[in-house]
Amino acid sequence: MAITIHLPTVLAPFAQGERVLEVSSGTVGAAVQDIGTRFPSLLPRLADSSGQPYAFVTFYVNDEDVRFLDGFNTPIADGDEVTIVPAVAGG
Amino acid sequence: MSAATLAPTSTLIALPLACARCGRKQDAAPVHICQDCLGPLEPVYDVERRLPTPEVIAARPRSLWRYREWLPFTGEPVESTDTGWTPLIDAPALADRLGVARCWIKNDALSFPSLSFKDRVVSTALNAVRAFGLDVVGCASTGNLANAVAAHAARAGLPAWIFIPESLEQAKILATAVFGAHLVRVRGTYDDVNRLCAQVADRFGWGIVNVNLRAYYGEGSKTVAFEIAEQLGWRSPTAVVAPMAGGSLVTKVGKGFREFQRAGFLDSTPRIFGAQAEGCAPIVRMIEHGTDTLVPERPHTIARSLAIGAPADGPAARHTILESGGWARAVSDVALVAGIRLLAETTGIFAETAGGVTVAAAASLAASGHLSADDEVVLCITGNGLKTTDAIESAIAPSPLIEPRLREVAALVA
Repeated sequence: MAITIHLPTVLAPFAQGERVLEVSSGTVGAAVQDIGTRFPSLLPRLADSSGQPYAFVTFYVNDEDVRFLDGFNTPIADGDEVTIVPAVAGG
Repeated sequence: MSAATLAPTSTLIALPLACARCGRKQDAAPVHICQDCLGPLEPVYDVERRLPTPEVIAARPRSLWRYREWLPFTGEPVESTDTGWTPLIDAPALADRLGVARCWIKNDALSFPSLSFKDRVVSTALNAVRAFGLDVVGCASTGNLANAVAAHAARAGLPAWIFIPESLEQAKILATAVFGAHLVRVRGTYDDVNRLCAQVADRFGWGIVNVNLRAYYGEGSKTVAFEIAEQLGWRSPTAVVAPMAGGSLVTKVGKGFREFQRAGFLDSTPRIFGAQAEGCAPIVRMIEHGTDTLVPERPHTIARSLAIGAPADGPAARHTILESGGWARAVSDVALVAGIRLLAETTGIFAETAGGVTVAAAASLAASGHLSADDEVVLCITGNGLKTTDAIESAIAPSPLIEPRLREVAALVA
């Protein structure tokens, strides 16, 4: 079993049309770097030049906003689901 | 050129969009984020468009569509054409209590049809739904938006899917379900519901008014500023105090005043002040701490309509407030209940919890000198008190119960 990353439709074109990606265990930040290596144009849309998250892209691990966990250092393991959602919504 | 091509079209067409962050332009579409940088999209107005004079506007029907040149469409609106133009109430007794020169209440507690300012944004969003030919509408809501989407969708004959946090006030649940909407309660906070709706919009292609229609939806809030300016006789107050949940209202109110100044209708623009409850004040804390990084919060307040812990427009609201020379203030739940009562007892207006937050924040801002004795202040009351009666139940003394005898009344009067 792997870790599943769910991309919003708007980012799928930067992952060759894929909306669901798989990574091995580690941290959210490591997963971002992993898929960013596979799809280089995806990386700058998920993290800034120093590898940190943007304020306008929210990462969830199993429905929990990682800002309430340990940000990009949040550990993830087999079976976890990471969902990426553009933050500009609601209100 | 034929006469036909010279005739103005009345077909409703949504304006194209551009990214507020990177400037990338794109055609009109039910999308809210830039495909390149994920920044927020905003409608692009033709700077050469013909603008009406104040006299022309004044002669138009009394709805928010009298300002249609500043709303994100060309052609004639087809839905919710009678929303807007709520009263601006002079409130001298409240001005005395606050210690300011003048005070008015922009009373969206009387908004048609659902008794909150969310009627404005849904009015523009429903027209975007029609412009794009969408057949289902929806929203993530803390209550007032649920009421508005359900009511406007019912009038338009559109099915509506409405997602709310499970803990909403009963009145707001009933005032949504009565319109026949698909109302779904979600275990979690508004922020959980909001994330779900972003995924719903992505998956189902519905018109989620505050997600993929957000660029068109948000512009409706500018009409609060337009109406205040016109109702004051085409001038600006010196200060406006408004509640903040997602932060869009203060951002768009600021934009509205700037647009009317640019049109030559106003000599000045007001200082904008934002109000939140202490139990959920991420935007106030950004301003007080001097940072542009929003730290999300887990809401804990009776002001449920303001309980958004990760407000999408938090940074934009902060920018608008500080650029205007304003400030922000958080107030306790006890203070907001006192704010509801102060407003009711001095103006005859019964506001929901968000209105209590606004009044209490205005009192606090006056006490701290952010509002001064020569200020002319407009307080934005965005929702109706009959929707949140549970918030004040414990603060209202029980009424005496008597037999139908005159001497018992006399005993009470004595």
